[in-house]
Amino acid sequence: MEARDLINLAYVAAAILFVFGIKMLGSADTARRGNIVSGLGMLLAVVVTLADRSILSYSWILAGLLVGASIGAVAARKVQMTGMPELVALFNGFGGLASLLVAWAELEKLNGAANLLGVVQPVPHFSGVVIYLATLIGGVTFTGSVFAYAKLSGKVGGSAVVFPGQKAFNVLLLLAIFGIGVAFVWIPNPEHAYIFFLVGVGLSLLFGVMGVLPIGGGDMPVVISLLNSLSGLAASAAGFVINNNVLIVAGCLVGASGFILTVIMCKAMNRSLGNVLFSGFGSSAQAAGDDDGREPKAISVDDAYYVLEAARSVVFIPGYGMAVAQAQHVVKELAELLENNGVESNFAIHPVAGRMPGHMNVLLAEADVEYEKLLEMDTVNPMMPMVDVAIVIGANDVVNPAAAEDPSSPIYGMPIIEAHKAKTVFVLKRGQGKGFSGLVNKLFTLDNTCMIYGDAKATISSLVAALKD
Amino acid sequence: MDLILLFFIFVLSAFLGLELISKVPSQLHTPLMSGSNAISGITIVGALVATGAEAQGSLGMILGFVGLVLATINVVGGYMVTDRMLQMFKKKEK
Repeated sequence: MEARDLINLAYVAAAILFVFGIKMLGSADTARRGNIVSGLGMLLAVVVTLADRSILSYSWILAGLLVGASIGAVAARKVQMTGMPELVALFNGFGGLASLLVAWAELEKLNGAANLLGVVQPVPHFSGVVIYLATLIGGVTFTGSVFAYAKLSGKVGGSAVVFPGQKAFNVLLLLAIFGIGVAFVWIPNPEHAYIFFLVGVGLSLLFGVMGVLPIGGGDMPVVISLLNSLSGLAASAAGFVINNNVLIVAGCLVGASGFILTVIMCKAMNRSLGNVLFSGFGSSAQAAGDDDGREPKAISVDDAYYVLEAARSVVFIPGYGMAVAQAQHVVKELAELLENNGVESNFAIHPVAGRMPGHMNVLLAEADVEYEKLLEMDTVNPMMPMVDVAIVIGANDVVNPAAAEDPSSPIYGMPIIEAHKAKTVFVLKRGQGKGFSGLVNKLFTLDNTCMIYGDAKATISSLVAALKD
Repeated sequence: MDLILLFFIFVLSAFLGLELISKVPSQLHTPLMSGSNAISGITIVGALVATGAEAQGSLGMILGFVGLVLATINVVGGYMVTDRMLQMFKKKEK
């Protein structure tokens, strides 16, 4: 058997490890082992690739591996759990760019080989098409993810940006990308084709930014999942480019898992993917919602304490605000204190609360909240009328009753956590501003709702202090 | 023929992926995402070959090298951060 065959057999083994790894990631008991299994698959793929005959020099490879591994390891260790969406977006972008570069390097290799032979030879059509595809998907993933990272980390404004003619512009951009791709593949002169290729790279990078531009904060879970899916597809396309099955299989698995998450997120908002991507939801142009003139009433922490002391059951409803305030640890402390006083306390998690799928689960797991206390929307809603106090921490649209009651509301039809059915609702909020959708939240002006303004962490800390006395 | 064969593999993997992951508890959404994200760093295989096989200093080799660094960040960082998250999930089950 030749070395080439052995390498390919090892790739098959790596692909199998990925399949098992990703399967195990899907259930709580096996998830951690699953991650390790897929990591072993990766290690195997890398090690056997190093045995590839065509590799002449290892010095740069070693350097690249060392630099990349140290940066990755430091980032993975240092990141705070609240910063997880940004980090995942950034890693995603790196993967996309790497696929783009791999495709580009292959193009260089093909052109270089032709030059060596001293012939003017265009790149074969099939190679041209897949190189362009990998470049396109990789490029969109890269700038889209980096832009999403910038939005999430507050380096640029996080809200949706729309401008007149945006859709037309994006359609034109897409047509241009397509047209340039056709030109790149079918122009016989390699030098001209190369220029088209570079323009294509530039346009796909631009398209990534334009695609994320009209998407605001609360829709981020959808975008992150979609970019996740794209980074897999980019790797898969790169697999077509270098004719490598393990890239195709692994990339495609990631593409599928990202796609499933995207669908789950869209369902949780009762909106189509097209609506999320193109509507510019939450931009100022659309901000509406009727203001019935009622003012939300605020109460002090002391008053809140008396209500809490008398309560028998409490539900916490966390949102992105809890992540921003880094309040997960004090929230857990409060829940624990309440439990010790014989109060039943649970957490209601909306699927799109936060900025990435499962964001709240990660934060509360970090704070050591028991898994059994994290209730999904369908479980918690029937319980709501029996709940004495619902404490909304930095969540907004996911508890807006307008989504259930007001057909004119832009978020009408989105499943919500029915906080308003609880006997008393506390809403912890930094200020009187609106949520990401820019809508007036009808929950805030209900008779059974009390607002507690201020930093969520400080508010909860004082409640904890009061309960301890 | 090559194209058909590769495409065949692609389509089968897509269906396999959709079948494998169709039901995921919401608790695991983030780890699944970051774990699968690490897998998408498999493009590292292509970057390795490009870095090692091309003449040093050629554009192809430089592109491969940058790709290699980025893909390694994606792979190492992705697996480590996923493990860190899953570790937190684990310790509560004692």
